Amino acid sequence: MLLLWMILLPIATAIFAYLSPTTRLRNTLLLGTAAAHTAGTAFLWGHPNLAVLGGWLAVDALGLMVLTVVSILFLVVGTYAVGFLRLDRPRGGRLFVSCLLGFLAAATLVSIAHHLALLWIGMEATTLSLAPLVFHRRDRRSLEAVWKYLVLSSVGIALALLGTFFLASAQVSGRPLVLEDLLQRANTLQPGLLRGAFVFLLVGYGTKMGLAPLHAWKPDTYGEAPSLVAALMAGALTSCAFLGLARAVEIMAAAGQSAFMRPPLLALGVTSLLVSAAFVIGQTDLKRLLAYSSVEHMGVLVLALAIGGLGSYGAMLHLISNGLSKGLLFLAVGNVVLFYRTSEASAVRGVLRRAPWSGVLLLVGLFAVTGSPPFGLFVSEFTILSAAIRGGFAWLAIAMMILFAIIFIGMAKMILDAAYGEPLEASEPAGETLALVGGPLVLAALVLLLGLYLPAPLRVFLGQAARALGGSAP
Amino acid sequence: MSTFPVFPILTLLIVLGLAPALPGIANRTKSALTGRRGAPVMQLYADLAKLWRKGVVYSRTTTLVFRLAPVVLLSTTLLAACLLPLDGQAAILGFPGDLVAFAGLFGLGRFSLVVAAMDTGSSFEGMGASREVTVAAFAEPALFLCFTVLVLATGQLQLDGMFGLPLAAAWPLAAPSLVLAAVSLFIVTLAETCRVPVDDPLTHLELTMIHEVMVLDHSGPDLALILYAGGLKMALFGCLIVGVLAPRAHQSRAVALAELVLGLGLVAVAIGAVESAMARLRMNRVPQLLVAASALAGFALILLLR
Amino acid sequence: MQPVHDVLLLLVVLTNFWVLGTTRLSATIRATAVQGALLAGLPLALYPGLSPHILGLAVGTFAVKAVLLPVLLSRAIREAAVRREIEPLIGFAPSMLLGALAVALAFSIAPRLPLPELRTHVLVPVALSTVVIGLLVLTTRSKALTQVVGYLILENGIYVFGLSQVERVPFLVEVGVLLDIFVGVFIMGIVVFHINREFDSLDSARLTELRD
Repeated sequence: MLLLWMILLPIATAIFAYLSPTTRLRNTLLLGTAAAHTAGTAFLWGHPNLAVLGGWLAVDALGLMVLTVVSILFLVVGTYAVGFLRLDRPRGGRLFVSCLLGFLAAATLVSIAHHLALLWIGMEATTLSLAPLVFHRRDRRSLEAVWKYLVLSSVGIALALLGTFFLASAQVSGRPLVLEDLLQRANTLQPGLLRGAFVFLLVGYGTKMGLAPLHAWKPDTYGEAPSLVAALMAGALTSCAFLGLARAVEIMAAAGQSAFMRPPLLALGVTSLLVSAAFVIGQTDLKRLLAYSSVEHMGVLVLALAIGGLGSYGAMLHLISNGLSKGLLFLAVGNVVLFYRTSEASAVRGVLRRAPWSGVLLLVGLFAVTGSPPFGLFVSEFTILSAAIRGGFAWLAIAMMILFAIIFIGMAKMILDAAYGEPLEASEPAGETLALVGGPLVLAALVLLLGLYLPAPLRVFLGQAARALGGSAP
Repeated sequence: MSTFPVFPILTLLIVLGLAPALPGIANRTKSALTGRRGAPVMQLYADLAKLWRKGVVYSRTTTLVFRLAPVVLLSTTLLAACLLPLDGQAAILGFPGDLVAFAGLFGLGRFSLVVAAMDTGSSFEGMGASREVTVAAFAEPALFLCFTVLVLATGQLQLDGMFGLPLAAAWPLAAPSLVLAAVSLFIVTLAETCRVPVDDPLTHLELTMIHEVMVLDHSGPDLALILYAGGLKMALFGCLIVGVLAPRAHQSRAVALAELVLGLGLVAVAIGAVESAMARLRMNRVPQLLVAASALAGFALILLLR
Repeated sequence: MQPVHDVLLLLVVLTNFWVLGTTRLSATIRATAVQGALLAGLPLALYPGLSPHILGLAVGTFAVKAVLLPVLLSRAIREAAVRREIEPLIGFAPSMLLGALAVALAFSIAPRLPLPELRTHVLVPVALSTVVIGLLVLTTRSKALTQVVGYLILENGIYVFGLSQVERVPFLVEVGVLLDIFVGVFIMGIVVFHINREFDSLDSARLTELRD
């Protein structure tokens, strides 16, 4: 029942929020739902084997990890949104809050769906619920961004639907498209159709993730959407899309088709890293820079899946660390944009002086996202690299390290330039309220924690998820 | 054939006699549908008679080619008529692969007209000639694709043997393909007989003409021959369409003949109806229309092949 | 006589060619409406027996694809002054030839796919060719509305393919899929309307401000 409520409650509050007359009521609904959702997720950590609707909705380690990222990010973004809307749209914001809550429902559906068609429905719903938010500013540039986002994401998801149907045809027995039955009878699945299904699911969900060369919508969308929406997209939406791909990988691994999976995953992963490195150098816009960083990390995730072994464990840890770090960095940049009224890197200088908390968050975020110790992404990237070397992909490990370095240099230059120096125009210190700074601080703390110490329950779940993906755990 | 082909020759004579009526029916239908009275159905007969009595004027720049063209046109069209089983059962002449000859004869006739047009040295006529050839270049593939559909459906390589029994036998199984092929043939007919939407026979402006401007310099009996050949071409294509849509395999000759006449009339009415409903296409859209006809015929072919 | 579902599937292919060949935006919308109606009739023809699942699917598909979505799209372009498509990236005639090629290829490779035996041999090729033609329209046309039409055709192709799995995919899921597509096109329609308002044209080639 809890599982059903975690989906239905956000939907209900979304409708109420749209109809509610006052901002205060809306904020209450938003924050209340976010808190309830996080509480529900915490409960699921203790009871990880709930299932409902005949196994169509269920919790397993993989889904729980994604759900956790979604829940934490949403809570933080929700509190940030309260502050953001007060500055940006004091009297309005109905559509904004409803869409946010709708997204929460959709992302929850994706995380706990064990019927692959339900997962698809949730994925499409996540795309659609965020589209109006991308168009928030209603100017020419965001119009172009939302158009590209809608068209590319919809085509990708449509191809994923085709892949889902292929998967259904590949099944010869058991409940169609239910994950448990697919995994149990994996060796009875028709191999030709299974491979075709995987290709379509990879292309479809890969487009949603923003893997190169299917990433064209990402820089524009992250660049034009409000930063907190971009934070949600970079942290939660990509994790959901990754979950779709991970389910496909799960089934392929159970069916013994890992060898077939490896080349396309490697190809997409390496292309993502290369594209990201190429476009990070010489980037002029802060938010677009972060979009390419997101492409980079999606590439790392996919490469980790391809490597297998400990790489799968690294991928799961990377998923969580990346989600939280991206949230942190986007919200920090969001503060910068709020105070400087632009995201052009050349116009932003001296953030540490003008908005000290945001400046610190910016720097922490930079180091977190580029995989510096002692943050979580360092541990996950290290795990993936060592798995690569151990698995015979030494060339890949070397290439990854070189590309990581290039990306670090590119990002560091931009963000350090922005943080240090003198503000270009004399202006008073920016008004950093708790709502704008509190959430990102929490995220920073979590990312730091992940790098220093993994609590035991988390380690257990990460291990389970890694094994489900055909890998191993330390 | 062992016996003297009485019926085929009789049918041919009847079709030859009826041919000028078809453009008349088409024009009359178009007028009726657009709320006018229009010219009488027999107008073309009167025109032919009037032209035959007139004297002919030849430009000093023209040569023998110009004088021969109408004769070549008419004789090739007549020969093509001999190849087609007009009443759906037997033709006067026939040999395997005569569909190519059928298309080729029309091509030869068109070639003679084009050469005559260029022979006059007039730029209008040259323009008309080049347009006509362009349209034909797009129409030929469609025509051949339709023929291929017919060949595959009936297993026969000869026009004579195709229509009639084999086609009637193929109808239950290959109905969609044959319907599509008939539609494609109709579009080709519109192109070959220079009717709307490919070419407007009523336009007065030379710059918008295709066929009319090509024959601008012909006069008297020459022009009569060309006009008659045009009507005969419409009749022959009409016979093709009627043959595909209504294979008269089992009826007696008389009934088959009656059906043919009725079918030709219906085709002419259909042409008139299309003329009244559509405007003439922009010149660069005409190839698209014909490519669409080819695509339809190609699709019909695919359906047969699977 | 041909079975009804084969005729419906062939008509679907003809509507694809209609969209490929026409320049008028309203004609493309009408073509998707006709295609939606054909698709609504398909489950009834493929699975005779009027079970509530099939009936519901047919009614729902008709309501969404043949009525609601075309109405939505017509309203989206109601303020558009120019209702004609300009010459696409690869030209109308080559588009149609490519479409015919796609159909031919689909028909030739479909028998080699290891798909389960269905009542008809025509379904899988028509589905695949529709998907390809949808992608073709989506990528080569420059008017935003025609791109949405291309997306709809792509979805229709996938729907046709999904009809081969109707027994395996429960009704609730199909309702969900339909709803998703409806909301998706609804939002796209709004964006198209705004594009027309903002740029005074439906030409998506104007949307080139964002680049690296």
